[in-house]
Amino acid sequence: MYQLLKQIAKVGIKTEAPPDADERLRVLSGELDAVVLKHFGRALAIRHVDAGSCNGCELEIHATNSPYYNLERLGIKFVASPRHADLLLVTGPVSRNMEEALRRTYEATPDPKLVVSIGDCACDGGVFGESYASCGRVANVIPVDVAVPGCPPTPTAIMQGILTAVSPRRK
Amino acid sequence: MLETELFVAADRLPGAVPAYSARLEPAALRPACEQARADGARLVALWGSDETPRGRGFALHVALAVPVGLVWLTVPLPVEHPRYPCIADLFPSAARMQRAAYDLLGVHADESADHRKWLRHGAWPGGTFPLRKDFDAAKKFPLTEDRYPFVKVEGEGVHEIPVGPVHAGTIEPGHFRFSIVGEKILRLEERLGYKHKGIEKRFESMTLAEGARLAGRVSGDSTVAFAWAYAMAVEGASGTETPPRAAALRGCLLELERIANHLGDLGYLGNDVSLSFGFFQFWRLKEDLLRANDATFGHRYLMDLIVPGGVARDLAADNAARLIAILDRIESEVRQLRSIYDEHAGVQDRFMTTGAITADLAARMGLTGFAARASGIRQDLRVDHPVAPYESMEIRIAVQEAGDVAARVAARFDELFESTRVLRRLLARLPEGPIQSDVALPSAGRTGVGWVEGWRGEVLVALDAAADGRIHRLHPHDPSWQNWPLLERAVLGNIVPDFPLINKSFNLSYSGQDL
Ligand code: SF4
Repeated sequence: MYQLLKQIAKVGIKTEAPPDADERLRVLSGELDAVVLKHFGRALAIRHVDAGSCNGCELEIHATNSPYYNLERLGIKFVASPRHADLLLVTGPVSRNMEEALRRTYEATPDPKLVVSIGDCACDGGVFGESYASCGRVANVIPVDVAVPGCPPTPTAIMQGILTAVSPRRK
Repeated sequence: MLETELFVAADRLPGAVPAYSARLEPAALRPACEQARADGARLVALWGSDETPRGRGFALHVALAVPVGLVWLTVPLPVEHPRYPCIADLFPSAARMQRAAYDLLGVHADESADHRKWLRHGAWPGGTFPLRKDFDAAKKFPLTEDRYPFVKVEGEGVHEIPVGPVHAGTIEPGHFRFSIVGEKILRLEERLGYKHKGIEKRFESMTLAEGARLAGRVSGDSTVAFAWAYAMAVEGASGTETPPRAAALRGCLLELERIANHLGDLGYLGNDVSLSFGFFQFWRLKEDLLRANDATFGHRYLMDLIVPGGVARDLAADNAARLIAILDRIESEVRQLRSIYDEHAGVQDRFMTTGAITADLAARMGLTGFAARASGIRQDLRVDHPVAPYESMEIRIAVQEAGDVAARVAARFDELFESTRVLRRLLARLPEGPIQSDVALPSAGRTGVGWVEGWRGEVLVALDAAADGRIHRLHPHDPSWQNWPLLERAVLGNIVPDFPLINKSFNLSYSGQDL
């Protein structure tokens, strides 16, 4: 236990003060925090749906929860059910084997809902394209509010995408 | 020819990997596999191909690992009724591969105990086979209902819990069906294939140069391993030598990928036993490494750096020093974190004896990678069949005995430290010289294999080239094919709340096996 506390004390707080993080992230965190608080008045609930990714985009979504980005601290939390979600974060080209599941998840999400598609595949089909097994981009299956390109997009880009979707300016 | 040491007469395939190829009639497949099994062979992959454009019907391919290397068996099958004898009784991991080969190509395993579909859900009708050459890749069939006969477990007090395909949390989609009594798991049945996105068919529309990007996206967390295996296969088929500097850089990239994945999973394993401290500490270190990757190689996950012929980007001397410095720091911090995990009674209580796989079961079922080593199996391609730069690295195989979550955690720690040692050595002495050689176009029908010890296990890429630098058939094989069936076994007798922990201790790829 002593060792554990020592490690915590030694490392200190990493969020918002990363040694060589870019300034953009600091600004972004502040904005995201403010918008979520102002327009939702509570935590923004996100449901992630992997509709057929290579799992690379998932690595970066996980990273948004790491101490450098700490999405949860900005009033954003990942929830287990679409019924509790305000926003769907969708990765991958939509495989045809996931087409129905994605559509059902979208329908189960209460209105008003937002959809952010994450990664080149989700934006335009990416390297997998469209085929007998792939519907290509997410917008081919459900309506998309914001598309975040990148292969995979960085955690900062993912946060930017979420911010863009929740900002009232978008309309 | 090495037939004295092999169970069949075979020719050496050109390339870095010690691989041999042999053609067998269907009737000779089982005797050959029986002999191979008796000699201690393990199944690496099984797939099919359509040879009708070459006037030869279909073919079944079986890749076996034997003491001298890899043996690629090709079994020609007739156009009418392409059938071959099932080998899943000899190599249990063949079962799902045989089902996939049927779904995609319509080659049928006779006498198989399980003829249920595997990768086919509702996206194309039965009797239609996407990997046949006359199948139009762009054709979309109307979705049909996906009826799948799960095995029913009957008995007093037995309940079923279906989970997925969409899970709580950021996890790839797949379906798990638990049969439980109280909290105890009596049976787990996996249903995968949700992410099938037609990767193998797509390769056949690509040039060898274009295919490198796709190979690096079969399973994103193993992008380096797949890109390297792909490059090796192309280099074998085209007779290309990799420059020494490129080989050394490839070794660096593969070990960086191994460290990043172990860091991430070690963090989640702490989280899964309520030690969120572990998650934050390990993910801080992982992020440091990803940023260093980005700063030195230009990509956080090192995608698209390994290409046929060499590597796409060189490493400047000051960047090598920078990487060494960050690895030194990560290593010393992980050593402290390991002692925290080791001494935390609550953590050890959850890790020990949970999700155990015995050495005997692991060997019988063909478990691969660090999970196999955690069950006492001494096997690692970096040691058993080292290609440059591993010949001179003297990798210490991280073997554990218990085969439980604790052993897989220990194996990951040991491999992480071993990778930092290898990286320090490679980075300190990078050979001078070019980072790419020219790749000649292989002539049609030339084959090549790539076989790489990725962080999860053995990645295989088998290539059969077409004319004009195109791809006739390419099979990328993720080790998850072998390890998924062992997850079903590892959870038996454990309680449902331990499933996420056991699952994470393996961390298998859905995308890699769904293709
Ligand atoms: S965008 Fe790139 S990382 Fe994301 S799923 Fe597609 S191929 Fe993978």
